[in-house]
Amino acid sequence: MATIVGSVTTSHVPAIGGAIARKVQQEPYWKPFFDGFGPVRQWLADVRPDTVVLFYNDHGLNFFLDKMPTFAIGAAPEYRNADEGWGIPQVPPFRGDEELSWHLVEALVADEFDPVVCQEMLVDHAFTLPMALLWPDQQWPVKVVPICINTVLFPLPSAARCYRLGQSVGRAVQRWQSDAKVLVLGTGGLSHQLEGERAGYINKEFDRKFMDSLTRDPVWATQFSINELVKQVGTQGIELLNWLAARGALTGSVRERHRNYHIPISNTASGLMLLENR
Amino acid sequence: MTMRQVKDDIPGTVLFDSRMARRGYALNKMCYSFNDAANRQAFLADEDAYCAKYGLNAEQREAIRSRNVLQLLAAGGNAYYLAKFAGIFGLDMQDIGAQQTGMTKDEFKAKLLAAGKD
Repeated sequence: MATIVGSVTTSHVPAIGGAIARKVQQEPYWKPFFDGFGPVRQWLADVRPDTVVLFYNDHGLNFFLDKMPTFAIGAAPEYRNADEGWGIPQVPPFRGDEELSWHLVEALVADEFDPVVCQEMLVDHAFTLPMALLWPDQQWPVKVVPICINTVLFPLPSAARCYRLGQSVGRAVQRWQSDAKVLVLGTGGLSHQLEGERAGYINKEFDRKFMDSLTRDPVWATQFSINELVKQVGTQGIELLNWLAARGALTGSVRERHRNYHIPISNTASGLMLLENR
Repeated sequence: MTMRQVKDDIPGTVLFDSRMARRGYALNKMCYSFNDAANRQAFLADEDAYCAKYGLNAEQREAIRSRNVLQLLAAGGNAYYLAKFAGIFGLDMQDIGAQQTGMTKDEFKAKLLAAGKD
């Protein structure tokens, strides 16, 4: 049976891609952010996962408002990104884990989650940048399964629903007939808001509570409605739904191995957590 | 133009819900097209023709002409698609944040830094 080794949750701000391309990771502005990934990379080198299931939100690269799925799952042999409209640097393509994708599709539908299934799918910075932060040489040593959660068009799925989605994925991975070691990623957040007169909004206190809750009491955030969460963390901070889904997939005994939190990266309070699952 | 507040009344925020999605569809569809570099070039080559092709209404056309983010949002624009329009002009998120909040870029960056201080 496959095992879930843990989760990494991290911000995915597009400017990270520019910083990587310009090789300015050690400049004072970026150092507190990039240095946070050292312990995660060391852990990855020890644990050596085979496959990554990555919860993220598309920012208008693969999905437009003509067809906007609440949940979508990739089932493609390969995933590529694109310049996204502002020329974000490209990364090498990712190998899809088709076997796990289809296993998850079967399990999710049986579990009354009904994702849109994508045999072709572009992945945007919310997918590529966390991968590049974990494996800076971009020689991806893992296969991938993208799972996309709608954070663009309201109504959004509730925090409780996203957590249960993660639980369903976690149970399915544990039933998968494979020796694979599976890592779960959740990307986005933490608090930030890009649009409107409230642009630049950040809520350090709530972010800290949320990060603490993932270790001690992972259902804490599921008490809040989407509107309450947007009020607390901003219209883009709601990307913490991906963190909740990733946490939900950890069904064993969870131990916090590392965290980092830094304000600001671009307009965002950046967060990073590594949780080990046993 | 009316800016509807959500029921929970989040200050300075309009959630992109059904009402905004219906109002902004043409504008967002045009901005989505800017994922493709050839389309960005076509827009720059003939802005009027490009906006007409997507059927922008007068409010949306004026908001595009003025490069004003708050106007674009009021016309139904969604932040994620508008970001691709901003990308054409090389604007970053601090430029956009400053414009929306009536600050200089330095003031806006200072506000972000201040949020990190205890």
